[in-house]
Amino acid sequence: MSSIRSLTKKRLFLPIFSMLLVMLINVIYDVACGNPPLGFFVITIKNAVLYGRLIDVLNRGSEIAILAIGMTLVVSSSAGTDISVGSVMSLYAGVCCMTLAGFGEVNVSQYANPLLLGIGAGLLVTCICGLFNGFLVAYMNIQPMVATLILWSAGRAIGLLLCNSQIVYVRVPSFQKLGAYTGFMPTPIIVAAICIAIAAVILRFTALGTYIQSVGINKKASRIAGFNSAKIILLCYVICGLCAGLAGMVATSRIYSADTNNIGLNMELDAILAVALGGNSLGGGKFNLAGSIIGAYTIQAITTTLYSMGVSSAQAPVFKAVVVIIIVVIQAEPVKEYFKKVSSKRAAVKEATKA
Amino acid sequence: MEDNVVLKMQGICMTFPGVKALEDVDFTLKKGEIRALMGENGAGKSTLIKCLTGVNKFEAGEIYLDGCDAPVINKSTMDAQNKGISTVYQEVNLCPNLSVAENLFIGREPLTRMGTVNRREMNQRAVQLMKQLDLEIDVTQNLEDYSLALQQMIAIARAVDMESKVLILDEPTSSLDDKEVAKLFGMMRRLRDKGVGIIFVTHFLEQVYAVCDGITVLRNGTLVGEYQIEELPRVKLVAAMMGKDFDDLAAIKQEGSGDKQKEELVIEAKGLSHAGTIKPFNLDIHKGEVIGLTGLLGSGRSELARAIYGADRAQTGTLKVKGNEVKIKNPIDAMKLGMGMLPDDRKAEGIIGDLSVRENIILAIQAKQGILKKIPMAKQCEIADKFIELLQIKCASRETLIRQLSGGNQQKVILARWLATNPDFLILDEPTRGIDIGTKTEIQKLVLKLANEGTSLIFISSEIEEMLRTCNRMAVLRDGTKVGEIEGHEMNQMNVMKVIAGGEQNE
Ligand SMILES: Nc1ncnc2c1ncn2[C@@H]1O[C@H](COP(=O)(O)OP(=O)(O)OP(=O)(O)O)[C@@H](O)[C@H]1O
Ligand SMILES: [Mg+2]
Repeated sequence: MSSIRSLTKKRLFLPIFSMLLVMLINVIYDVACGNPPLGFFVITIKNAVLYGRLIDVLNRGSEIAILAIGMTLVVSSSAGTDISVGSVMSLYAGVCCMTLAGFGEVNVSQYANPLLLGIGAGLLVTCICGLFNGFLVAYMNIQPMVATLILWSAGRAIGLLLCNSQIVYVRVPSFQKLGAYTGFMPTPIIVAAICIAIAAVILRFTALGTYIQSVGINKKASRIAGFNSAKIILLCYVICGLCAGLAGMVATSRIYSADTNNIGLNMELDAILAVALGGNSLGGGKFNLAGSIIGAYTIQAITTTLYSMGVSSAQAPVFKAVVVIIIVVIQAEPVKEYFKKVSSKRAAVKEATKA
Repeated sequence: MEDNVVLKMQGICMTFPGVKALEDVDFTLKKGEIRALMGENGAGKSTLIKCLTGVNKFEAGEIYLDGCDAPVINKSTMDAQNKGISTVYQEVNLCPNLSVAENLFIGREPLTRMGTVNRREMNQRAVQLMKQLDLEIDVTQNLEDYSLALQQMIAIARAVDMESKVLILDEPTSSLDDKEVAKLFGMMRRLRDKGVGIIFVTHFLEQVYAVCDGITVLRNGTLVGEYQIEELPRVKLVAAMMGKDFDDLAAIKQEGSGDKQKEELVIEAKGLSHAGTIKPFNLDIHKGEVIGLTGLLGSGRSELARAIYGADRAQTGTLKVKGNEVKIKNPIDAMKLGMGMLPDDRKAEGIIGDLSVRENIILAIQAKQGILKKIPMAKQCEIADKFIELLQIKCASRETLIRQLSGGNQQKVILARWLATNPDFLILDEPTRGIDIGTKTEIQKLVLKLANEGTSLIFISSEIEEMLRTCNRMAVLRDGTKVGEIEGHEMNQMNVMKVIAGGEQNE
C-alpha cells in the first residue's frame, strides 16, 4: 500500500497512468469483440515493414511528439502557449515543396533544387517564425497567446499564397522517404526519436533546463542572478519554431505534397494538450519533457484507438474530448485530495480493526 | 474561555513532509494586548499564524475565538477575515498589478447603487487611509511601482482598516525605517486601547520592548513559554529563543584594521544616474572596504547600488572597475566583472520559488559559467552542502524547494548564492532582513571577514547600529541625491541621524 502511495507521488506517474488507461481500453474492447486480447501490442512484419496498432501510434504520433518538445520549453519559460505551430508546419510545407518543385510547377517528379536546400529553406523560415514570436513575447512583452495569434492566422495564409492556392506535389522517392519507411522501420519514428534524443542530451549536458525553469518561475530574480531572461525566452520560441518545422517536414513527406490547407491543422491543440497531459503546469516554471512526450503519444493512442473501433473521423473529436476530460479530471488537485483522504481513511479503519 | 481572552490556541500540531513544524503549541492572546511571537528562523512562527488564518491545515489542536462558542477552524484566509482576524503576512502578498487603492479594498470594495465598484469613493478612502500613515502617494498607481517598504506599509494599512478583533503582523517592520516604525507603533497602541489583540512577530528586540505587553517564545516548533514583558529581560529572551546564552551586542569590529583608503580603487562611479530614482552621484570604493549606504525610506540608497550593478541601467555617467572603464547593461555584465548583488525584495527578486535549495545556491555561478558549461551534479551538491553547513540553513534536505523554507532561511540561501561566486565586490541590500539575532551577528562577522580577505562591499540596512558595527565609511542619501559621506570618529548614531535628517552637509 505504502509503495503504491509513494509511486503516485512520482512525477511521471500520471502521464504513464493515462497511457496505460488508453491501452487498457484497447484490451477491453478487443476482448469484447472476440479479438485476441493483446491485439494492440502485436507487431507483425507485412511487406517487409513493421505493422501493428502500436507501431501506428508511434508513427502517427511523431509530429505531436516533436511539437511537444518545443511547446514544453515555451510553456515553461513564458507561461504561455505558442498557438502558431500548426500554421507554421503548413508554411514549412509551402516553402519546402515550392523550393523543390521550382517555383511555379505544381506537380513534379524531379527536384528543381537539391532536397537539402528545400528542407533547409523550410526550417529556416520556421525558425524565423519562432524568432518573430519570441521577439514579440520577450522584447515587446505581448501575451504569448496574442503574439502567436498573428502567425496562427498568417502562417497558413502565406503558405497558401506561396503555392498559388494549389496542392504542390513532389513525387520523388527520396522526398517521400522521410514520411515512409527506412528498412522495416517507419522513418517518422526515427526522426522523432532523434529529435527527442537531441533534446534530452542538450538538457542533460547543458544548463539550459535550469535557465528556462528559472526564467519561467521568476523572471526578475533570474535577471538579477545573471540570466538574460529575454534571450532565454526568445531561444525557446526559436526552438519551438524549429520543432514545428521538423514536424512539418515529417507531415509533408508523408503525403509528398504541400497541402497547406490541411497540414498541421489543429495540431497546436494536440501539442498543448500533450504538455498538459504530461503533468506540466501551463502556468510555466518547472517542466518535465518525458511527461510531454508520453502525453503526445497518449493523444495519438486515443485517436488510433477510436479509428480502430470504427469511429469516423468526423465523430472522433467528440470521443477524444471525453477521454481527455477523464484524464485531466483524474489529474486535478481536488480529485487527488479526495483520493488521498479516502485512502488515509481506509488505512485508519484498517488500523482500528487490527487493534 | 476567560473573560478578557480574545484568542486561545491549544495543542496545535502541524507537519510538513519531512518537517515537524509545530508540536503541541499553546498560544493565548488577551484583549487589548500586544504580544510578541519570538523565535529563531524556522522556529514555526509563520506556520503558527498560518494555521490560525486557514492557510495551513493543522493536524491536531483547537482554536477558540472570542464570540464563537465552538472551536473554530478557518478554511481560508477570507474565512478568517470574516471572523475578525486580519493579517499582514511576512511576504507581501498583495497584487502587484493592481492599483494601491484596489489593493487596499480588495474583497470589500465600496459599491455604487448599480452594484459596480465606486472608484471615486474607493480612491478617496484610500487617500484618507494613506494620510493617517502620513503617506502622500498616488493611490491610482500600480502597487509594483512602489518600493518594498511602501508596499509593506500599504499591506499594514489594509489590515488595520479592517476593524478586526485580532491583528497579526508577521515581521511587518523588516524593511521599514525608524520613522515608519514609529508610525506603525502609534497605530498599534491606538488599536490596543480600542481592545484589539495584536500578535507581533519581529527579530528586532528593541521593538519588542518598545511596544509589547507579553512575549511568547517558540523554539524548533515547540513552545518555550508565555511571559509578561517584565519577566523576560533581553538576555533571558535571547537565551530562551536560542536555548543557550548569547551576547548579541558584543563588539565584533576590530579597531584600526588598517586604512582601507590607501588600497587600490575597485569601483569609481562618476555622475552615474537612473531617471526617476537616483540623481547623478560619485562614489569610490577601495579594496576591502565596507561602505554603508544610509538614508530615509525612498532616499535612493537601494537605487544607487542598483545603478552600479546594472539592475537598473545607468543612463548617465561613467563607471570604472579596477581602473578600467566599463559599460554595464545587465547584471550579468557586472557579474563577469566580479560583482554580486543581494536584492532587498527577497520574494520578487531573490528566490526562484519552485527550484530547490541546491539549484538556488548554484544559480549565480552557473550564470557566470554560461549555459554550455553545466556544473556537474556532484559539484553542485558539494557547494550546496558547504553553504547549508556554513550558514546553518534549516531545510529538510538540499533538494527541498526554497519556497518551503522559512523567511530567514530563504534569505540565507540567497546570500549563499552570492558568496558562492567569490565576488570582488558585493552589494548587500538588507542582508539581515528577517534573520534572527544569532545569525545576524554571524552575518555581520562574515561581512567583516570578507572585507579582511579583500572583498569590497556595499552594505545597506535600515538599522543604523548594524551599519556602525560593520562599515568603514557611510554615504548618506536624501531624495535621490548623495548628500555626503561620514567616516572615522564621526560615525556614531547621533551624527548619522543628523545628516540623514538634513541638518548639515559634509561635502
Ligand atoms: N510550505 C512548506 N513546506 C514544507 N516545509 C515548510 C513549509 N513552510 C514552512 N516549512 C518548514 O516549517 C518550519 C517552520 O517555518 P516557519 O516559516 O514557521 O518559520 P518562522 O519561525 O516563521 O521563521 P522565520 O523567522 O525565518 O520567518 C521550517 O523548518 C520550514 O522549513
Ligand atoms: Mg516567518
